[in-house]
Amino acid sequence: MKYLIQQAINALQLGSIYALIALGYSMVYGVLTMINFAHGDVFMLGAFFCLLLIAIVPVPFWLALIVVMGATAMLGTLIERFAYRPLRNAPRVSAIITALGCGLVIQNTTLGLSPYARPMPHLLENVTYQFSGITITLLQIIIIGVSVGLMLVLDFLIRKTSFGMAMRAVASDRATVSLLGVPANEVIAITFAIGAALGGAAGLLYGMAYPVVSAAMGISVGWKAFVAAVIGGIGNMRGAVLGAFILGAVEVMTVAVLPSTYRDLIAYSLLLLILIFKPHGLLGKPTLQKA
Amino acid sequence: MKSRLLPLGLLLVGLIVAAILPASGLVNDYLQFVLISVAINAILCVSLNLVNGWMGEFSVGHAGFMALGAYASSILTVKLFPTAPTALLFPVAVLIGGGVAGLAGIPVGILSFKTRGDYLAIITLAFLMIVKSGLENIPYTGGPRGMLGIPRLTTVAWAYFWCVVAFWVIRNLVYSKYGRGISAIREDEIAAEAMGVNTRQAKLVAFVTSSFFAGVAGALFAHQLQFINPSSFDILKSTEILVMVYLGGVASLGGSLLGAGFVTILTQCLQPLGTWRMVVLPSLLVILMLFRPGGIMGYRDWSWLKPRLSIKPVRKSNEESQEQEKITP
Repeated sequence: MKYLIQQAINALQLGSIYALIALGYSMVYGVLTMINFAHGDVFMLGAFFCLLLIAIVPVPFWLALIVVMGATAMLGTLIERFAYRPLRNAPRVSAIITALGCGLVIQNTTLGLSPYARPMPHLLENVTYQFSGITITLLQIIIIGVSVGLMLVLDFLIRKTSFGMAMRAVASDRATVSLLGVPANEVIAITFAIGAALGGAAGLLYGMAYPVVSAAMGISVGWKAFVAAVIGGIGNMRGAVLGAFILGAVEVMTVAVLPSTYRDLIAYSLLLLILIFKPHGLLGKPTLQKA
Repeated sequence: MKSRLLPLGLLLVGLIVAAILPASGLVNDYLQFVLISVAINAILCVSLNLVNGWMGEFSVGHAGFMALGAYASSILTVKLFPTAPTALLFPVAVLIGGGVAGLAGIPVGILSFKTRGDYLAIITLAFLMIVKSGLENIPYTGGPRGMLGIPRLTTVAWAYFWCVVAFWVIRNLVYSKYGRGISAIREDEIAAEAMGVNTRQAKLVAFVTSSFFAGVAGALFAHQLQFINPSSFDILKSTEILVMVYLGGVASLGGSLLGAGFVTILTQCLQPLGTWRMVVLPSLLVILMLFRPGGIMGYRDWSWLKPRLSIKPVRKSNEESQEQEKITP
């Protein structure tokens, strides 16, 4: 029982990081129906920004989180403005390829600047708490707490504010919404900024939890989060969170039972299985396929 | 008949040149390596173009099919028949490599019946990841370390031969009446079905043909490098092929050739840059997408690559104007 609870905490930790990244994929897909393949690399850069920041000035955790989120938000907006916006009316495939290209540029630039994996310095004191035999670290509490907090803020933003209403409107019909006076381009830019900020926060948290930062993270972790978004139904925020926690739990269980090399195999097989039976993910609504 | 014999003769001359070129001493080993790489990449590029260009889907799993072909053929030449005469074994190994990849194309093709667009792209991505991490967990083929000691059997002549076969088959497929059904799926699947195109069959044919040649290319690739491991067939490899397809031009035979040649030679020229060359190539792709989304030769082809129309037009000027219409996008 204790073992199970311990594993559940691990699953929650991994799941909440996946959820933060998956939200970025899902938000962009919801607004633009475009897979932002560069998002995983924005997540990776979040960890590297944190590394860079600590190397220049040793700042406390909260400040680092805010600075990193701001930096990745700016990056996300820049990518949107210069790579995706000119392709707004181009065929969808062009946008996907551009996204893939942007991701590769970011990843390989990072690889060129920092060819080796780097250790992440400790931002927090290593405190562990014991509750009747169950060990939980301060880090785990903070990761889960920050993630859930950010998700709640996002949920409030989307459901209760005028910006959220504009965002949902743009998602349902961009052309009409522009005619009605909603600045669609600004809404899309802010959506990218929020998504990238969440990705950056996830990068920082991931770097702290698994304290090695490398340029390949964008593919190994970022794409897994994309899988989570698809499992939950891409475009659906709550689905993304659900999918992320399912994927986190499945991965932790896989590692507990099988050798860890089976992790990717199981994760992607699960994706394929879900797509066969629920082609639009668990919570996604079946829509008419547009060519 | 004369017009048919001429291209055949030219191809034969090309094959003879490719066969005697290494022995003549005119090209060194490095140049031979580049030539073989261009041919392999051209096979990959034209076969992916069948699905991504002519059929208009977005597959990112091409490296997965390539991996299956590479592993299947290497198992034959390294594990099962290491002593068999290579002249006999190699063509069989390449064919079987293609066959295994083609078989794997069937489930992906079946999944494409119902899903399209982004979700199909995700399915091909999942396929690629499953193949890659599956291979990593098979101790028989060396797990993540891969297979060593594959004999070097890919010569310029073989690479050239398979390249011609791939282009010939795909050219005849896409310019046939049946192949127009594949292009019709790209334009509008529902309309195509309404006009009597058997979309399911056409999709299956496209996927299996495409994955067969990916497997062939993988087999040639394995016997060129003499070493394969699962991580040589990751998403980066797929992206590299995608870069060639979209740089050269979608739905174009000439574009596939141009894209493969251009990217391969550029990669070799940028070798001194190390990691940074993978910054230059994708940047090029992004810039190309922004300013010329169809690639260099999107939806066009050199007229000598296209089959002649079998129906004789009434007036010659009419034929010319039709040709003109096809050339202008």
